[in-house]
Amino acid sequence: MRKLVVAIGSAALLLTACGGGSTSSSGTSTTSSAPPESGTLTVLAAASLTTSFTKLKDEFQAAHPGVTVKITFDGSSTLVQQITNGAAADVFASADTANMDKVTKAGLNDGTPQLFARNKLEIAVPPNNPKNIATFADLAKPGTVVVVCADAVPCGAAALKVEQATGVTITPASKETAVTGVLSKVESGDADAGLVYLTDVNSAGSKVKGIPFAEADKAINDYPITVLKNAPQSAIAKQFVDFVRGDAGKKALGAVGFQIP
Amino acid sequence: MRRSVPVLLWIPAAIALALVVLPVIGLVARSDLGRLPALVISPAALEALWLSVRTGATATLLSLLLGGPLAVVLARGRLPGLRLLRAVVLLPLVLPPVVGGLALLYLLGRNGFGGQVLALFGLRLPFTTAAVIIAQTFVAMPFLVIGLEGALRTAGERYEAVAATLGAAPWTVFRRVTVPLLLPALGSSLVLAFARSLGEFGATITFAGNLEGTTQTLPLLVYVQSESDVDAAVAVSLLLVVLAIVVIAVARPRSIEGRL
Repeated sequence: MRKLVVAIGSAALLLTACGGGSTSSSGTSTTSSAPPESGTLTVLAAASLTTSFTKLKDEFQAAHPGVTVKITFDGSSTLVQQITNGAAADVFASADTANMDKVTKAGLNDGTPQLFARNKLEIAVPPNNPKNIATFADLAKPGTVVVVCADAVPCGAAALKVEQATGVTITPASKETAVTGVLSKVESGDADAGLVYLTDVNSAGSKVKGIPFAEADKAINDYPITVLKNAPQSAIAKQFVDFVRGDAGKKALGAVGFQIP
Repeated sequence: MRRSVPVLLWIPAAIALALVVLPVIGLVARSDLGRLPALVISPAALEALWLSVRTGATATLLSLLLGGPLAVVLARGRLPGLRLLRAVVLLPLVLPPVVGGLALLYLLGRNGFGGQVLALFGLRLPFTTAAVIIAQTFVAMPFLVIGLEGALRTAGERYEAVAATLGAAPWTVFRRVTVPLLLPALGSSLVLAFARSLGEFGATITFAGNLEGTTQTLPLLVYVQSESDVDAAVAVSLLLVVLAIVVIAVARPRSIEGRL
């Protein structure tokens, strides 16, 4: 028993030693990487930005040899959770201001977040539109399998807003944790309809059909982007944000249907 | 006996123990003790708990009814290619559950081969509680199969051979000799399968979706809540920890320690 206590004690020492070591090493890498334009830029971006940001990543890397851009696409709320729990990332692009506000409230942004795109919802249906969905109200018809985003995810929040504005109540078959989950269930044909962004429909090509609806204007999502505090590559991160907000970004985002503010 | 363990092994052993225990302590430390009781018995948590227990128990039963016979066939059958078959059965153990979920979706989804057959009978699986059970059975059954098959192999075929020479028919041998041989391993295998069902996340969210009361099991609830209400997520996580401890306690550590 005494041996066990000693062993646990030494293990605890070892663990704290490791912890101290890793923080100090990341501290030195921050200072040393500042001058030259090389290294790995880590970007956390909303899932709805997958197509446009993947294109921008290639263009940015081509324009900045030596820089590798790594992008994590996920639901904005998932990304916020990673940021607030200390994920080492440089840039965060959110699909709504509510999730960006959580980051600024925690003081984890470097500079004021900038709006760079606007998006709105569209109904996605399988190419043959089995339930002949034509309007937003059609989603409430009994027997229609509708998939939406979870309430905490921006596309889910937007869907709720439209429901409240129109008085149409959808009974979803599932609340997915990212917009890509909704899209894949429409693509596989298991959902008759899904509420996704206009840009997701455009990115999916012929795999789904988009049905615009006027009420979508009641829930326009603003997309803010920011450099994160303690960004290991803050200089490159600022350039990337400028790149997204510049002509290259406008072109790539506009191509999939984002409105540029 | 203990004295023969080299001191050098105690250090990694202690780290291993810390790796298991400390995160749970971290979870407890992060919990909002004042709100904890209210959060644990919140309607959403209770609904998910009830769903988890129901689906987990059903999946375990299915694993037993289907996986048990499979284990016997694998251990005692005389067919060419049985070894290959055994490797295939273990696939869900090695595969990431999300891949399993996708595979299930493309087989049993509306446009999948199996889904189209089901549609002839007016059945639809995705987004139903049945889909949750299938996903859980898919990932949990291998635990039962390897547990029982291992026990059968260790026991050997002598008793069955003797029973057969004494004139017992194959079904009698199975009932009176094989099944009793399996009983000790059965407990631990069932517990493992149930525990794996309770923890199932990836295959469920890909195949069955996420909806309160229908497909949102405890792990899915934790994931969704961790993005909006961390305190609630922690509370539900603690509920899962308690559930896990209860499962281990009920199963008696001996049955887990001894076999497998």
